[in-house]
Amino acid sequence: MEGLRERLIARTLLVVACSVVLALAIITYFIFRAGLPIIFHLGLDDFLFSTRWMPADEGGSYGIGAMALGSLWVTLGALVVGVPLGVAVAVFSAELAPTWLANLIRPAIQLLAGIPSVIYGFVGLMVLVPWVRQHLGGPGLCVFTAAIVLGIMILPNIISISEDSLRAVPPAYRQGALALGATRWQTIWGVLIPAARSGIMASIILGMGRALGETMAVIMMIGNSLQVPRSLLDPATTLTSNIGLEMAYASGQHREALFATGVVLFAFIMILNLIANVVSRRRVQA
Amino acid sequence: MTAEKQVRVWPRVVQRIAFALIWTAALATLMVLAFIVLYVLRLGLPHVDWRFLSRYPEAMGREGGILPAIVGTVVLTLAAVAVAAPLGIGAAVFLTEYTWESRVTRAVRFGAEALAGVPSIIYGLFGFIFFVTYLRMGWSILSGALTLAIMILPTIIRTAEEAILTVPRPYRDVSFGLGATRWQMVTSVVLPTALPGIVTGIILAIGRSVGETAAIIFTAGTALTMPTSLLSPARTMSVHFFVLAIEGISLEKAYATGAILILTTLLINVLANWLVVNAVRRHARRG
Repeated sequence: MEGLRERLIARTLLVVACSVVLALAIITYFIFRAGLPIIFHLGLDDFLFSTRWMPADEGGSYGIGAMALGSLWVTLGALVVGVPLGVAVAVFSAELAPTWLANLIRPAIQLLAGIPSVIYGFVGLMVLVPWVRQHLGGPGLCVFTAAIVLGIMILPNIISISEDSLRAVPPAYRQGALALGATRWQTIWGVLIPAARSGIMASIILGMGRALGETMAVIMMIGNSLQVPRSLLDPATTLTSNIGLEMAYASGQHREALFATGVVLFAFIMILNLIANVVSRRRVQA
Repeated sequence: MTAEKQVRVWPRVVQRIAFALIWTAALATLMVLAFIVLYVLRLGLPHVDWRFLSRYPEAMGREGGILPAIVGTVVLTLAAVAVAAPLGIGAAVFLTEYTWESRVTRAVRFGAEALAGVPSIIYGLFGFIFFVTYLRMGWSILSGALTLAIMILPTIIRTAEEAILTVPRPYRDVSFGLGATRWQMVTSVVLPTALPGIVTGIILAIGRSVGETAAIIFTAGTALTMPTSLLSPARTMSVHFFVLAIEGISLEKAYATGAILILTTLLINVLANWLVVNAVRRHARRG
């Protein structure tokens, strides 16, 4: 009787654990089922590279080129802001900070991760947008503003994983470098960061995925204009913000095209996650 | 002589500059965080009072309070956790106590990692096409909660797994030695010991649910009415805040709602940290 019960429980837990895989499979299947047909219908080239997105056209024009460029610029901009800052804070927290300060920074970074993205977008809209408009020109709602705020939003991802991998460097590396007469900074720059680089790379790739996938904050700051941005101070739109704005009223082919945008986004982010996974696995073997 | 001196002095100068930059980066990050929190609280709290929390909105939210949004947030979050917590803890127990590294565990871990990386707008699209349309649940708390549940599942699994792994080996051995079955060992020894860590994960998942917008707006809808059942549509505080801000309905009410969101986030983080610190202390006393 006991044995039967135990076996039943083990089976149930197996099923429960597999629900994760099932959920992923269902998500993938339904997103692709809703989005792929129109991609085949329009042709992958036209869909990806045409910059004309006009659902009101006769028969509808759906090209995500402009938004894809917007996403690219915003994501790269976020990395330019977030990576140096994030890695610096990780080094600070793992190597330089006095214990009390390190103990303060960890919950602070957790709080930074917990702040809702709508709040980030709102503060960007109320504070940074007017500042940019006044001091740098342009409408303020632009790639530059969105990239800065996104750069801050990806900090927690970059900091926590980079810090973990810096802390995981064997103490002998540090002791060896210091014993050879290196300064603390030479040890950090020449030994610790290279030793932790797979973790740092993984953190950057995951941060990139977060920036690429962020929606609500970007909608509030980027101006949502369907043009190819010519400068960082031009308004633009991204794959995510276009879905977020137009899903509310889209129907028929227009809605399919938004799902197709989702397919492209989903595929990109899955590839990024896979790369991050492979990169960070290398650390375990080394 | 001078060359030798240069070699000695230069690295120290570089180190000075580098450390100064790193300190600046760290302080700047803390200041940005403090700025965001204080900015929203300063402009929002003056508009928050009991009437704001306890009354219905009027004129699309331009006047009145946010009671339905508060109720919507609480119900949606609780429903999501009610679905995700048993699944997540069950999966973590399976991964740690019921199996060894195999193709199955690799698949489950991969699934959890991949789900954690999926952006919330994709969850929104999925929830809309699957729960709202395909399963005909409509824009409802149920659709929103199920979507959120999948979204917070990876957090709960990962934190529960980590918490369970910190339970010392001898606890299990003693339990088996006393003749307990595996399930008795799990329910009476492992889970109680790992409870603070598991609860921390659940609290963080609640935080994520409260702050979520993109995944909810297309699944639970944006209706500003008081939800009456799991099948009624609802608007959460984050969604309400977003609509107020982007449609320029009322800046005053947006700030006030933002302040409530920030306070909730603060509370959740303090609670989670307090639990972790307490658990560490208890461990230290025991060890």
